[in-house]
Parts: sequence; structure tokens; C-alpha cells
Amino acid sequence: MKPIVYLRCFKGIVLREALRFFHQKERFFSALVRPLVWLGIFAAGFRSVLGVAIIPPYETYIPYEVYIAPGLIAMIQLFNGMQSSLSMVYDREMGSMKTMLVSPIPRWFLLISKLLAGVFVSVLQVYAFLIIASFWEIIPPVTGYFTILPALIFTGLMLGSLGMFLSSAIKQLENFAGVMNFVIFPMFFASSALYPLWKIEETSEWLYYVCFYNPFTYAVECIRFSLYSQFNFEYTAGIIIFTVIFLILSILGYDPARGSLQKKGGS
Amino acid sequence: MSTALQIKNVSHKFGEFKALNNVSIKIDSGDFTVLLGLNGAGKTTLYSLITRLYNNNSGSIKIHNFDVREESSDALKNIGVVFQQPTLDLDLSVEENLYYHSSLHGLSFADAKERIEEEIRRIDLTEKLKNKVRSLSGGQRRRVEIARSLLHKPKLLLLDEPTVGLDIGSRQMILKHVKSLCKKGQLAVLWATHLIDEIDKGEKVVIINKGKIVESGDVIKIVKKTKQKNIRDAFNKLVGVKV
Repeated sequence: MKPIVYLRCFKGIVLREALRFFHQKERFFSALVRPLVWLGIFAAGFRSVLGVAIIPPYETYIPYEVYIAPGLIAMIQLFNGMQSSLSMVYDREMGSMKTMLVSPIPRWFLLISKLLAGVFVSVLQVYAFLIIASFWEIIPPVTGYFTILPALIFTGLMLGSLGMFLSSAIKQLENFAGVMNFVIFPMFFASSALYPLWKIEETSEWLYYVCFYNPFTYAVECIRFSLYSQFNFEYTAGIIIFTVIFLILSILGYDPARGSLQKKGGS
Repeated sequence: MSTALQIKNVSHKFGEFKALNNVSIKIDSGDFTVLLGLNGAGKTTLYSLITRLYNNNSGSIKIHNFDVREESSDALKNIGVVFQQPTLDLDLSVEENLYYHSSLHGLSFADAKERIEEEIRRIDLTEKLKNKVRSLSGGQRRRVEIARSLLHKPKLLLLDEPTVGLDIGSRQMILKHVKSLCKKGQLAVLWATHLIDEIDKGEKVVIINKGKIVESGDVIKIVKKTKQKNIRDAFNKLVGVKV
């Protein structure tokens, strides 16, 4: 198959996701409202409770709003990744995922394209959030608006591929609500999104290790450093490793001969 | 005449339940073949295997000589599918849905535009092209799905209970349209249904029951062989129910 065929397919999948996104305005607003509620209400209440010491990449004391901004950006991507996999479960049940899977283009390419289309949408949401967040004086250096982009692509891919793997493993739509409770919330709370890891270590050592090995922590920290135009090798490498693992699992999950689709599809 | 679809000795299980049992079907180019069976007979499972949504572990499925398992890309290129469940994106327009499908088959924008215009004209819905799918009736949505399944010019069209839930007028319109496609070109059609009145005299029928092909051939031959008055009675006798 010629490369142009792949390109056309990729363009089509991204365009569909973008059109769906723009047609469903409520989805855009709810994606923005969620982190803004955290920023406007939760952070305002907690800023006096939690003191944040100077930790990299920050060079000075920062308000709590500034600290949780990268966590909220990662939350946008987490929800987006889960939502687009939710749409895959929904699509698969409703049938439109089937139309994609019966395309002659290799399935791994279709799934990665679908993932990247989801990442594209999440990046739009993040930039909209950053614009609004500037009213809370969350203003990174100008270069940060550019250096965050590659980080967003990687973290979006990681969280999207996690969602995709889960969607391949979930048979029915109802079960996904459970995954939201058992995946999204634990991932978000057991991470460095709302409090720095050293604070957690002071309270509970085992919880610290849970947070430390949580892929979401890597997403939050990677975004945090990139937003201040700094590169952190450890977190970036972690993201890449997690992405590769989740991606392989999801491609296997959607492989009719091997994955969970096959288990569900019988033999 | 070339063979559009050749299924040989395919069986499929869900746990202990045998959904398909040693199924073999052959359809030539230009044939309109009805796959007739009650709900749960194994029609959708068979379609899922032909389209590689499920993997066939036994027997072989070939589309224009391309093995679905070994040469899935070449095999899938030749198939157009209308699934039992609606698969259009309700929030997108008819045109956007059709462009999306064209891109999944790697069509260029110019080719897609030309084919969309051609297919939408054929189903007489040109004026609805810019409308959201949500605003269309059930029958119109089905016609759009058929138009969509033909955009990449497949040689085999698979339709899984395409008229379920539609009114009589829409059913007849869709059936007539698909049959005319068969007559015009070299398109082979496998039409799965449980509605016996969709079968005309002289057509080919494959009767499936509890995962097994119980009879196949043209309607007149089956009626004669079962010594019944019509295909309904023949089906009732073969399947052991009264419909």
C-alpha cells in the first residue's frame, strides 16, 4: 500500500475527531470546566492549607494554583484519553468502530491514527485552558507555550493508549464506569498532580512508591518541566516506556487473532 | 464467472457454544444471495468472520481468491459492509460521514468527491448531503450506509439484516436498489435476513440454522426438494419452526 494511502487515512481520522469535537460544544466546555473548577475552587481553598517548598522546575515560592496547573493539564489529557476510549467502547457497541476496523489499512495504523486524533483534540483543550489559566496568573515563560507541545503529544499518547488498551479489554459499556472510578480517580489522586511527592513521602512511604511508579505522575512532571522549558530525562523516558507498553497491549487487544477482541469473539 | 466469496468448512465457538458448524458457502460475481436464518442462527458471527472482526481458526474464507486471514488487506479492499447496527456518526453530516469512509479506504479527495456525488445521486438523497445524519429517517440512513459501502467500489457487498426496523416502503426501496446494483454490475451481494418475504423466485438462498447450513441453492430447487408449496413452507420444514 502506498504511503499516500496511509496519509489520506490519517487525515480522515483526525478530521473526523476534530469535527466531532467542534460539533459537540458541550464536550469542549465540560473539558474546560472540570480543571477550572479545580483551579478556581479547590486550589483557592487549599492554597492556605498546603505550603509548597521550592522544587524544580520552580525557582521561587509559587502559589498553589501554579503548582497544580500541570496536574490539571494532565487531567485534561487523562479525561480526554479515557473519553476517546469510552467513545471506542461506545463506537464498538454501536458499530462505527467496526467500520474503521474493516478498512483494508493495517489495524495498528488505524489505532495509532485514532490515538493521535485524540491527542490533537486534547492539545486544543490544553491551550484553551492555558489561556483561561492566565487570569489566575498562571503564566509560564513564553517559550513554555511551545516547549509544552512535544510533552503534550507524548503524555497524550501515553494516556490515550492506556485508555485504548482498557477499551479493548472491556466488553460492555457499563463496565467502563467502573474503570473511570478505578482508573481515573486513583491515578489522579495517587500522583504528584495535587501535592508534591515529598509531601506524600512524609505521610506514607508505601503511598509514595505508588505515586512514584504511577504513569500519571510521569505525565504531570513531564508537563511541569516542559511548561518551564526544561527537559527532564527521567520522566520523558518513563513516558516513552509506558507509551510503548500500553500501545503494544492495545494493538494486541484489537488484533482479531490474539487480543481480547478474539477472546470476546470466540474461536 | 469468478468466485466473489468462498467459505470452506468454517466453524466458530464462543466458549462451549458452537455458533457456526462447518459452514461452506460459494457466491459468484453478480449473484444476489440471501442468507436466511432466524435470529441467533449465526449470520452476524459469519459476517464478523468474513470482515475479520473475528479471527477464523478453522477452514478458510476467500474474497476474490484473497484469504481473509493471510491477505486481509487485499481481501478487505474488495468488501463493502452494511452492519446490522447503524454505524453512521449522527453528529456529522452525510457528506462528512462519506468522506470519512473514503479516507479509511485511502481515496483521494477528488475521487471521493466524484464517487460521493455518484452514489448519493443513485440513492436519490443529493439534497440531504449537507444535513446531519441525525435529521434523516431510518430508511434514509440505511440508504446512506449502502451508498457508503459502495464508495470504494467493492466487488462483494455484505448486508446484515439491513431492513430490520424499517417501514415496508423503505424496505422495498432498499431491496430493489441493492438488487438493481447486482444486475448492473459484477457486484456480488450476500443479504442476511430473517424476513422470508424479501426473497424472490429464482434467487439463491442459503438457509442457516443453529450455526449449520441446512440447505442452499435457488428458491425453486429448494421448494421442489423439500416438496413444499413455497419457500416459507420449505424454510419452516428445514428449520423446524413456523414463521
